[in-house]
Amino acid sequence: MTKTHQFDVVVVGAGGAGLMAGLYASRTAKTAVISKLYPTRSHTGAAQGGISAALGNYEEDKPEWHTYDTVKGSDYLGDQDAIEFMCEEAVDAVLELEHMGLPFDRTPEGKISQRPFGGHTNNVTGKPVRRAAHAADRTGHMILQTLYQQCLKNKVNFFDEYQVLDFIMVNGKAAGIVAVELSTGELHIIHAKAVIFATGGHGRIFEVTSNAYAYTGDGAAILLRHGIPLEDMEFFQFHPTGIYKLGILITEGVRGEGGVLINGKGERFMPKYAPSVKDLASRDVVSRAIYTEIKEGRGVDGKNFVYLDIRPETVNKFAADDGRTNVDGSKYNLTAEQVLAKLPDIIDFCRVYLGVDPVTQMMPIQPTAHYTMGGIPTNKFGEVVIDDKNTPLPGLYAAGECACVSVHGGNRLGTNSLLDLVVFGKHAGLKAAEYANQSEFETLPNEAELSTKTQLETLKNGSGKENVFKLSNELKKVMFADVGIYRNEKDMQAALEKVRELKERFKDITVGDTGKIFNTELLNAWELGNMLEIAEVVAASALNRKESRGGHSREDYPERDDKNWLKHTLIWNKNGNLEIGYKPVMITKHQPKARVY
Amino acid sequence: MEITIKIFRYNPEKDKRGHHEVYKVEGNENDRVLDILENIKGNHDGALSFRRSCAHGVCGSCGMRINGRNHLACKTLVRDIGAEITVEPLLGLKIVKDLIVDMDPFFENYKEMMPYFINDSPLPENGRERLQSPEDRARFDDTTKCILCACCTTSCPSYWANGNYYGPAAIVAAHRFIFDSRDEAASERLQILAETDGTARCHTAYNCTEACPREIQITKAIGEVKLAQVTGTLK
Repeated sequence: MTKTHQFDVVVVGAGGAGLMAGLYASRTAKTAVISKLYPTRSHTGAAQGGISAALGNYEEDKPEWHTYDTVKGSDYLGDQDAIEFMCEEAVDAVLELEHMGLPFDRTPEGKISQRPFGGHTNNVTGKPVRRAAHAADRTGHMILQTLYQQCLKNKVNFFDEYQVLDFIMVNGKAAGIVAVELSTGELHIIHAKAVIFATGGHGRIFEVTSNAYAYTGDGAAILLRHGIPLEDMEFFQFHPTGIYKLGILITEGVRGEGGVLINGKGERFMPKYAPSVKDLASRDVVSRAIYTEIKEGRGVDGKNFVYLDIRPETVNKFAADDGRTNVDGSKYNLTAEQVLAKLPDIIDFCRVYLGVDPVTQMMPIQPTAHYTMGGIPTNKFGEVVIDDKNTPLPGLYAAGECACVSVHGGNRLGTNSLLDLVVFGKHAGLKAAEYANQSEFETLPNEAELSTKTQLETLKNGSGKENVFKLSNELKKVMFADVGIYRNEKDMQAALEKVRELKERFKDITVGDTGKIFNTELLNAWELGNMLEIAEVVAASALNRKESRGGHSREDYPERDDKNWLKHTLIWNKNGNLEIGYKPVMITKHQPKARVY
Repeated sequence: MEITIKIFRYNPEKDKRGHHEVYKVEGNENDRVLDILENIKGNHDGALSFRRSCAHGVCGSCGMRINGRNHLACKTLVRDIGAEITVEPLLGLKIVKDLIVDMDPFFENYKEMMPYFINDSPLPENGRERLQSPEDRARFDDTTKCILCACCTTSCPSYWANGNYYGPAAIVAAHRFIFDSRDEAASERLQILAETDGTARCHTAYNCTEACPREIQITKAIGEVKLAQVTGTLK
């Protein structure tokens, strides 16, 4: 029996964005937060290096510099009004987290400590600036814990381990969601005036990824099925430093603390690619540099990896070469103890998964699929906008990695993801509650869960000729190989055809587990359906954009083309046919220019 | 190499009681136990059920008993434990299905600790951060690492003996706030832990510390809470 609940606002997802939205919406509206995971399991907890804000706790910094760096990092595809808004809000957002008890590391005076990160610069000198506020190398963990704790304090209603399966839309307005309670297998309808999606990214469509198993693009796929477009899906970030083969993230904070990349010939190679900020160039630039080194035969032992070196003797040697000093002008001198104190988790990852001790050995790394820049189109208030004129769909909101505001454009700067989810999670929550308080409930259709039931039945009743695990692996392989760091027409066309073949074969899967309680086999199959649909729009959007910009690098169109492509992609799935449209980029102060680090 | 893995199975919709099943699969010494479970679920028995998400030891989903000891499946490698592996659900919590246990009682204990920052004093006038020295910050660093995986609590003989005991993970959460110089509710939390089901039930078995995949010095943290209860100071 389907059970129906009624809330003013329902938030789907309980990572940083969902919790922030839930916290703010619940102040004025009856709010529920549902998540397929227990909230503290969310992927926000895996973020390591920091959250950026121009606090200026060590040295001069300004929101305007943060804005410019973000615009430049986005390769001019980010919407500048939204970026200005985020960077202005950043200072108060980070202070608010501190006021909520977040245990940031501290400066000697007791202020929030900050570290350098890729692409964060003093706009006058061009030198790296300390902007990433951090709690060791588990900043995301502390944000997730702190926000969850504040939600408990404020008695937010949680539906833990409920998997969203559908969005209910009535008269062109949001009316609720359908979810399954994992522990019983029962369907639930949450009837709501406003729905906020905060379901995270879709990095699991790639073979080597830093992303959690949960990152299957559920929210974006559900909305795509309801005729809502997705924006800039060709833009996906490959983080330069994932653990070789496993993809586990090694924070950019390693390079922030002075770590350098070394190729198979023992050379530091980033000065060739980014003469000014070197190893602290933005992520797309560094990932391409690593890939180029490997392609030109300078990987380690002829393999697909290079080294990341944080050994104090290496760091101090290059710091001296680069003229890096401490804030007071004294000689930069990193010790093994400081490495252990500042980067404890990544030291632990390397010891556990590689048997390598970064204090005395170099870490083998390769680029890893990391962050979804594109997603559900929103404005800066978190309202989902569904066309080229930015028309909002009443009652529907999105925030965090599943959304595309767009503040990250073609390439996200490190630490801006945590900032994004705090700022836009908050505003989506506020706006949704405001809307709900002025609106009436839409009347639910009869059997609003019918299409969900049909979807699940279909998954159970296939011929069984195909295997979910195998299809999933084939998808990840082709996406990583052919729609990865470097792309070209021929490979992407083949990838798109492969994804379509997999979609066909997906019809022949079947779910062996016929039970109701924790039927994870059924849910994994449903998630694969989402991944296939998302992968198709990623490949089609990438094939369509005939230029190189940010994380989208085409061998056959190596230059950025502002004349034809300074615009956002929108992609719709209309009854199985993909349709592509565009919308303009919002430019305020910063006209596009060549991007040099 | 061939890996032999014995897995506890229980399907409440079919089985009267749990049993073990043995699988032999190909793998290598760098495989995580989680990789092996995924392989079995994907290729041999889709019904095998377990929780997982991050796959690198930070989300706390996949706590289970591996060769008799609590650990995260994603952080235990074949090279650490060998190719003969037994995997069972955490002890002391009701088994829901296969390796999935009912975590509700565990989280209820956590919530009893007032596990959130409390400071009702006015914020600094300039609106900036509350200051905290690096030394004061370091005082509770260890207990901020907790990921609520329940490996500690479900390895504790006192918790097995009495499910009303709040358990090590809850005390770790309390410690994180009690020793935060900015927080103002230490005495309330110490009071909660002074009750029958609080720290008095800890008999320093050290199982918790050994089980913690985040290497938190849990027994030490509990000792510090006990000392604060006795001395009334937070030094």
